[in-house]
Amino acid sequence: MSAQDAKERAHDARVYQVGLVLALVLSAVPFGAVALGLLPASGLLWMIAICAIVQILVHFRCFLHIDLSSNHRHDLQLILFSVCIVILMAGGTLWVIGNQRAMMM
Amino acid sequence: MSGQVKQHPGLNLHREDAETRDQTEEVLFGFWVFLMSDLVLFSLLFATYGTMLHSMAGGPGPKQLFDIRNAGIETVALLLSTFSFGQASLAMKYDDAPGRVQTWLLVTLGLGLVFLGYEIYDFVDMIGKGGPPSRSGYLSSFFALVGTHGLHVTCGCVWIIVMIAQVRMFGLDTLVKTRLLRLGLFWHFLDVMWVGIFSVVYLQGLVG
Repeated sequence: MSAQDAKERAHDARVYQVGLVLALVLSAVPFGAVALGLLPASGLLWMIAICAIVQILVHFRCFLHIDLSSNHRHDLQLILFSVCIVILMAGGTLWVIGNQRAMMM
Repeated sequence: MSGQVKQHPGLNLHREDAETRDQTEEVLFGFWVFLMSDLVLFSLLFATYGTMLHSMAGGPGPKQLFDIRNAGIETVALLLSTFSFGQASLAMKYDDAPGRVQTWLLVTLGLGLVFLGYEIYDFVDMIGKGGPPSRSGYLSSFFALVGTHGLHVTCGCVWIIVMIAQVRMFGLDTLVKTRLLRLGLFWHFLDVMWVGIFSVVYLQGLVG
């Protein structure tokens, strides 16, 4: 293996290691907080949501190797479009059905 | 040489492997389209779960049914399996070592089976506590969402077994490599979905 190969391999391996450590920490923090009841309920919910979003971004960056570079534009556009569809469909469902439930109470 | 430029998401193949790389771009983009359709499926199951949160029909709720320890073990198992799949991808990209790829795939498979084992144990435990899918709308949507994820992991495990056999029979040829890349995307994607499940279902259920 050439020196350049070794360098690239080390870089790729480090991306996975960083991803694993970040993901473990971002999972352990909300699990620990919920198990020990460290915060009031609303604080816990916010923390769970924030940790989940950050962890999903870490997974996309470190494991699925999506970044903002121009040669990833197509995949990024596909993902962002899908996220848009998901927000419309899932968000719309929750909004409409939630409203209906509130009005029927 | 442009081979060093990242051509597609997922761990790229070695830069000297130009033929494989060209074929790979197209198939991987197609696989991303599939993954995104899967994302829509999961998000609607999440939405259904959200609308059913209060439909307990007098049955047991998350606090009576969920065990945070099981969810934690499942999370760690799946996270480690994503990492070990990454090691298989590295061995494929740089070492071209079929033996090492197979070893890491076996580790990934083992961790996937640990995940499935605890999930089934958890489901049986929940049903034992009086929470089968037929008990309430809430539980139906819970089992639909988490069960669909479990089925995906099961398919992933079967796929890993098939790929171990293919690596053994054909070595790391172009087709096998692109299949392994797609399997990697699938496996990493399932871990992302699990992050949503443990956050939305287990943790929020135990808090709320």
